[in-house]
Amino acid sequence: MPIITSLDPRITRLGIPEHFDTPPSAKEELDQFQTYEIFCREKTGAHHVHVGSVHAPSPEIALSFAKEQYGRRGKVLNMWVVKTADVYVMDEQDADMFETAGEKGYRDVVDYARVRDRIDAFKQKQQTILE
Amino acid sequence: MAIQNLLLRMADDALIIGHRNSEWTGLGPILEEDIAFSSIAQDKIGHSLALFTMLQEFTGLTPEQAAFSRNAQDYTCCQLVEYPIGGYDFSLMRHFLFDTAELLRYQLLRDSSFEPLAKLAKKVVGEIKYHVFHANTWVVQLSAQGTEESHSIMQQALNTCYPLALGIFEPSKVEQELVDANIFLGEKHLQNLWQDSIKETLQKAGLILPSLTDETVGYGGRYGYHTEYLQPLLDEMTEVYRLDPTAEW
Repeated sequence: MPIITSLDPRITRLGIPEHFDTPPSAKEELDQFQTYEIFCREKTGAHHVHVGSVHAPSPEIALSFAKEQYGRRGKVLNMWVVKTADVYVMDEQDADMFETAGEKGYRDVVDYARVRDRIDAFKQKQQTILE
Repeated sequence: MAIQNLLLRMADDALIIGHRNSEWTGLGPILEEDIAFSSIAQDKIGHSLALFTMLQEFTGLTPEQAAFSRNAQDYTCCQLVEYPIGGYDFSLMRHFLFDTAELLRYQLLRDSSFEPLAKLAKKVVGEIKYHVFHANTWVVQLSAQGTEESHSIMQQALNTCYPLALGIFEPSKVEQELVDANIFLGEKHLQNLWQDSIKETLQKAGLILPSLTDETVGYGGRYGYHTEYLQPLLDEMTEVYRLDPTAEW
């Protein structure tokens, strides 16, 4: 049976028939690589920051891919490789948990910072009275 | 001159393996591997540029002239690097055997009495450490963590590549001179380190070194005797250069 041929040998290698009467059978589960999330630290003391993900059969190979994909341009000091399946992800629907955060100004450091100005103003006033 | 001989061998090895491995660009087994392998190939071209630049002082040839305008018999690369890329198993196994030797070589050269080379060695050792990490993880993955089929393919690739890889260490006429001048500890010394190093990874991979009756089958390259595969590679590599050797890029 003729197969689909392409300039990209990866397509040709799959051996996909040009025509089929019944739909192709489902792929076996877990016959694909896993995904790993990559985190980079750019300077000493900085946090590891998520930069993207790679497909790989093992964490070591994921690291060897990530080094080239995410580490070949800028300076990188360290990398973390985490199985995507191991990341506990919150539900998008639950974004409303954060909704009132903006209204709680009293939790901001900004408000406390103003205390310094008030103390200074008070001292200034005392000074004026004494004089 | 001894140092010139050493630099040229190293430059030619890096240039030819870099060119060969770049033939996988766009054809790698998966996208991420394509990027990694291409990038490694590009690093090799960078090493050859640095070495040809160092050689200019002795030969008067610019790196471009040295890389693109010599005849095949003037190249002193080992035969291992000339062979066509074959299947990915062959390319990966060659990459593993060659880069393990490169890493050990540059590690030794960090202490070379020839300062420009010692300086280059310190700079690129990290890069080659990554090349070896890449090779080791794949060799172990496909041999020990793969299937029976992938294991047997990798064993076959080792059987093919190992005798050729010994050609890396074909002694030159200037071995003793290099040792006496504290420039380089010599190919024999390097080969011993290499044997220990590859054994460690092959053990993890569950692969067995083939026993050889003749250890010199991969020899010749250091004296300008090459395989039938080098000339076509040079023809292709120099095609654009030959259109106008004086063109400025």
